[in-house]
Amino acid sequence: MAVTKIKDQTPPHTTDAKQAAPGLTPAPNGAHVAVKGLSHSYRKADGLVLDNMTFDIHPGEVIALLGRSGCGKSTLLHMLAGLTHPSEGEVVINGNVVEHPSPKWVMMFQAPSLYPWMTVAQNAGLGLKFTRRSYEIAKRVPEVLELVDLAAFADRNAQELSGGQQQRVALARSLAPRPEMLLLDEPFSALDAFTRRSLQQDVRKIAKDLGLTLVIVTHDVGEAVRMADRVLVLRANPGRIAEDTKIALSDAERSGGTEAFGREHTRLMGLYADVAERSDPAVDNDFTRLPE
Amino acid sequence: MSDVTQLSGPMARTGFSLPKLGRLRGLANGLLGVGLLLMLWWIGGRIVETSDDLFAFADFAPAPTLTRLWAMLMDGEVVAMSGPSLRRVGLGLFYATVIGVPVGIMIGRMKRLNEVANVPFQFLRMISPLSWMPIAVMAFATWDGAIIFLIGMAAVWPILFSTAGGVRRIDPAWLKVARNLGANPLHMLFSVILPAIAVDVLSGIRLALGVAWVVLVPAEYLGVTSGLGYAINDARDTLEYDRLAATVVVIGIIGFALDALAGQLIKKFNWVRSEGH
Repeated sequence: MAVTKIKDQTPPHTTDAKQAAPGLTPAPNGAHVAVKGLSHSYRKADGLVLDNMTFDIHPGEVIALLGRSGCGKSTLLHMLAGLTHPSEGEVVINGNVVEHPSPKWVMMFQAPSLYPWMTVAQNAGLGLKFTRRSYEIAKRVPEVLELVDLAAFADRNAQELSGGQQQRVALARSLAPRPEMLLLDEPFSALDAFTRRSLQQDVRKIAKDLGLTLVIVTHDVGEAVRMADRVLVLRANPGRIAEDTKIALSDAERSGGTEAFGREHTRLMGLYADVAERSDPAVDNDFTRLPE
Repeated sequence: MSDVTQLSGPMARTGFSLPKLGRLRGLANGLLGVGLLLMLWWIGGRIVETSDDLFAFADFAPAPTLTRLWAMLMDGEVVAMSGPSLRRVGLGLFYATVIGVPVGIMIGRMKRLNEVANVPFQFLRMISPLSWMPIAVMAFATWDGAIIFLIGMAAVWPILFSTAGGVRRIDPAWLKVARNLGANPLHMLFSVILPAIAVDVLSGIRLALGVAWVVLVPAEYLGVTSGLGYAINDARDTLEYDRLAATVVVIGIIGFALDALAGQLIKKFNWVRSEGH
């Protein structure tokens, strides 16, 4: 993982060419998500992991679920993806109750989990193959690989790529079936800082360009500030929404280093620390470390 | 797993050191090994030939054997006696694979089934395949059927256990990703599980092949009148020791070739790069 290809480090504003990628079909408008009275416990004897959560995610919005481990943010994301069923309540996407996983809302995980016996292009085309749209692969896969800057790697084995490149392939794989929403479960936490930042910016840009709804689970305040339009700060035991706040930054300000970025980062860090303290005062809440 | 059949590592390094041969080293060492084996055989032949008690068996020596082998190759006898044996091993392995792979996948995927099946399977595995012989003879109408059954009984276990082990080592994230992308159970099987375990299945088949080839010859001592085992028995009865030894050489060479072929297949299907599996 330590070896990062130069490609990963290219800041997105220098690769504007992909905005005009040839034949890029715009995705449908992003999904509208309504979470209604969602509660969950893994076993009845254990306490609630999620306690009566209700919120809306607007189409095309980038939302971060921010919280410390154990606050149920991953569980919530799995429910939005249809991979876990809530004990109570429901998730409604574009008017339909979520019961199963669907290629319309695709989840990305911390590990890219590419299939090592396949090429980059074969990996990227899997979602289309599984949903009986193999006839689209020839056209769509080059499109999405272009979008993540990996067109030149189409025929390489997935194992030959760096960690950041593999996560880009996973992104292409998620985008190929034209989803309405991407769900990201700390997808960049295994990457080095440079690669992580360029992917954070690229993913936000791609989501905005395609009009996708984007939900990111993270415990990294910097990541939330860089990527999200809106942040839900979760508290633990049981998981509840403690704060719902907008990040008022332009795309240029999000790259970090600006005064506005620092202000938003400090504000969100304060909220995060407050919430953590409220949910468990016994835990050491030293949030004085500097933002990355 | 496959390395146990090769003489390598410290064994090859002790004693004297060979000149550096670069890429030819493997070939040179292989030829050296064959040469040493032939020499031992020749020495053994000399001892037998010069012994008052054993000189009747002098045809076991390399020269008469290889002369006879050449003649058998030329007149088609080698092909005639190997054909039925290869067919029996092929069919036995086929049935063992058809049963072993699906059952292996099931016990690899289902913990409960594995717990239930473990003791009976380990028990059955430890029974020498040849001890099924009387039952096989009663159960099957033909000798051929009985032999194929015995080979299948010997071959099914390595395939089954290797498949189950491969399934257990599948990264759970691969299944989650597939489900997330809309895969149905058939997609899971053919796009994820089978490619992921291909090498384990083939390694199992390679081990099974070794066992099957070993079981074949004694199994062919049974009523059949064709095959390598029959040829050995027949040569013994007719006191043609050069033919007997030549048949042994044929058995060894075919077994070696089949194992090398399986090794090549494994290499082809192995998707692991740059790290141990």
